[in-house]
Amino acid sequence: MQQEWILGLAGGGLIGIAGAIYLLVNGRIMGASGIIGSVVDGTSGNQTSERIWFIAGLFLLPTLLSFWVGPRDNFITDNLWAIAAAGILVGVGTRLANGCTSGHGICGMSRLSLRGFVATVFYIGAGGLSIILFKHLLGVV
Amino acid sequence: MRGLFAFIAGGLFGAGLLVSGMTDSRKVQGWLDIFGEWDPTLAFVMGGAMLPMAIAWRITRGRNPALGGLFPPKPDQRVGRNLVLGSILFGAGWGLAGLCPGPSVASLSYGGIGGIVFILSMVGGMWAAPMLRSRLDAA
Repeated sequence: MQQEWILGLAGGGLIGIAGAIYLLVNGRIMGASGIIGSVVDGTSGNQTSERIWFIAGLFLLPTLLSFWVGPRDNFITDNLWAIAAAGILVGVGTRLANGCTSGHGICGMSRLSLRGFVATVFYIGAGGLSIILFKHLLGVV
Repeated sequence: MRGLFAFIAGGLFGAGLLVSGMTDSRKVQGWLDIFGEWDPTLAFVMGGAMLPMAIAWRITRGRNPALGGLFPPKPDQRVGRNLVLGSILFGAGWGLAGLCPGPSVASLSYGGIGGIVFILSMVGGMWAAPMLRSRLDAA
């Protein structure tokens, strides 16, 4: 348990340094849903190649690290219907809200953005209710 | 140059997600599960990430980005329906699968069929979102 929060803090630090580089060097906010979503819906304009490079790094480095540290698993549920529904909710919701855990949560709250705090309260609240409903009451995940 | 630093930032972001355990859907669901075996790790990750970011925001004052351009201005702080409704929908899906956009890409190589189904449906949702948004705005 103690090791897990130290790893959480260290990994979080890496995430923050990544966001700091993207902000200070490229002048962009490191929000995963905005970077991925704007490439998907074609609104990324002249930032498209930069964003594809970001996504490439986000995929490649954990892939290489997972070979090095040994096999990993994301331990996602076996219920593919639940996964598909969750994916659609995450995709639609993050684009409607203009941000997710990285954009609203990490980048927004660290600049004391009211919208970042409001979004974070609602997605954590909804996430907690979702666990109560789908895990404890319905038992689908 | 822009691509190179975007690639480095994306890579560090992915490495941080892997190291912190945030690509493990059980740890995310554990944080949200206050009636189960509650796992506080996510709070440490958020705290660890917000510290360098807060310093970075401070450095931006009176400066411009190293590769040119301007820093993103603070967006309009109006809290509208789309922000609240979107965050509720996102949170519901986040709890259901235990994945958000960043970790879903970072764990794609070892997430098995579930990870692939998640990404495909998330991309579908992102593709449909502008249509839904304009419908909502017209209503």
